[in-house]
Amino acid sequence: MLDRILSFFQAVGAGTISAVWRLGFAARFFGMVLILSGSSFRRINLTLREVYFSGVLSLVIILVSGLFVGMVLGLQGYDTLARYGSEEALGVLVSLSLVRELGPVVAGLLFASRAGSAITAEIGLMKATEQLDAMDMMAVNPIARVVAPRFWGGVISMPLLAALFSAMGVLGGYLVGVVMIGTDSGSFWGQMQASVDFQRDILNGVIKSVVFGVAVSWVAVFEGYDSDATAEGVSRATTRTVVTSSLAILGLDFILTSLMFRG
Amino acid sequence: MTKILDSLNSSSPLVDVRDLRFGYGANDVLHGVTLSVPRGKVVAIMGGSGCGKTTLMRLIGGQLRPRSGKLTVCGESVPELDRNGLYALRRRMSMLFQFGALFTDISVFDNVAFPMREHTGLPEVIIRDLVLMKLHAVGLRGAAQLMPSELSGGMARRVALARAIALDPELMMYDEPFAGLDPISLGVIGQLIRRLNDALGASSIVVTHDVQESLQIVDYIYFLSEGKVVAEGTPDEIRASKDPWVHQFVWGEADGPVPFQVPADTYEHALLGACGA
Repeated sequence: MLDRILSFFQAVGAGTISAVWRLGFAARFFGMVLILSGSSFRRINLTLREVYFSGVLSLVIILVSGLFVGMVLGLQGYDTLARYGSEEALGVLVSLSLVRELGPVVAGLLFASRAGSAITAEIGLMKATEQLDAMDMMAVNPIARVVAPRFWGGVISMPLLAALFSAMGVLGGYLVGVVMIGTDSGSFWGQMQASVDFQRDILNGVIKSVVFGVAVSWVAVFEGYDSDATAEGVSRATTRTVVTSSLAILGLDFILTSLMFRG
Repeated sequence: MTKILDSLNSSSPLVDVRDLRFGYGANDVLHGVTLSVPRGKVVAIMGGSGCGKTTLMRLIGGQLRPRSGKLTVCGESVPELDRNGLYALRRRMSMLFQFGALFTDISVFDNVAFPMREHTGLPEVIIRDLVLMKLHAVGLRGAAQLMPSELSGGMARRVALARAIALDPELMMYDEPFAGLDPISLGVIGQLIRRLNDALGASSIVVTHDVQESLQIVDYIYFLSEGKVVAEGTPDEIRASKDPWVHQFVWGEADGPVPFQVPADTYEHALLGACGA
């Protein structure tokens, strides 16, 4: 019995030490990426290429998802507002839901699944096939040449994708609320313009999407770089990227929302 | 600069390893290896799987740090170099990885151009000519626009070789260059290693367990077993060797100083003991 209790505490201790050690390694890795980011901006083509792969290639899923989320918001919002006779506030409901919360959060979750997992798999496979070692042996630092451009590509792409998600969502809400159901178009746009504040709503949404972009890109490049150099290792790292960055987005969203919209 | 000139003029070996020890955790891999690679020569490091050959090469390239011992390349003590010093040294050496390690997202041409674009700042028109010359040297000028996924194993190895000689290194290191190749590709790679070494005036280290092919192209051979040099000599000396270990390895005998059976309890005890239990 005592042995079992002891081994339980040993396992908990070992797991905790391992998790703290890995977190410390991830933090040092993040520092290295920032220090070695110079070439990502001096040779901007390297970063723009990653913006294309992370951002442009994620456009379809972001735009289509944004449109449908906006359409659902239009339907649900109209149904709820109609009970209180406030259908004309539909534009406000749709736009505030999107720019404050759904835009950054859902775009972040989709970005983690589409682009984050691809970044992890690519770096992990480069490691497994010794491409990173080969680069290092050519006196080219793989963190500067491979990791940093992918990190900054993700950080730049994420706010743009979140903005496009919100824009498509508003369009979806308009299509359902105004075109399909017949809410007044002037009220839809007019109330939206009057109620959405640039600093409080839009800027805070942009800040959220930048923070999520940093978190997802950091997790994605770290998991790829730290993956075991086997097919199974890359597979596990890709899964970890999606799970960790999704949880990070939701946790960070709560913290940021409580800081931004507390009072 | 003076250091580089000194290392070029010096008659000392290009790579000098003295009593080198290395291990992972409690597991010792190298137990005091001593060897040297003279300038202009092709030296093979042979031994069975897991004897520490590739580890030794990674130590020479500075990818790993030894526990103790002396290791100098081009007159520089590798374990004492910082990151910048190591990268400066690595611009004078090159490594061919076992399966080529080509960058799969860019073409053959761009793979060979990669080190030139990263390190030289040469205009694109000159890089183009240099890349075509390197690819011509390995017989793959016609494959310049192919992607790595379109190459056979032998072709990928040759492209990696062209990339490895892109900056005319002083030291070439080959990690199992013959592994998994058909006899024709194997012969081609072997001849390229010898020819490029002589043409570049470089020194080469070939880590391999392909005995017959290596004996034809190398100048000197070190045999490694259990993390130590157990035999060495020229190809003729190795062929004539009466050493039981060398004999077993060169002629591929199943049993000898390297036992067929992994050490275990006696066979009778294992079988009868199990019945008795």
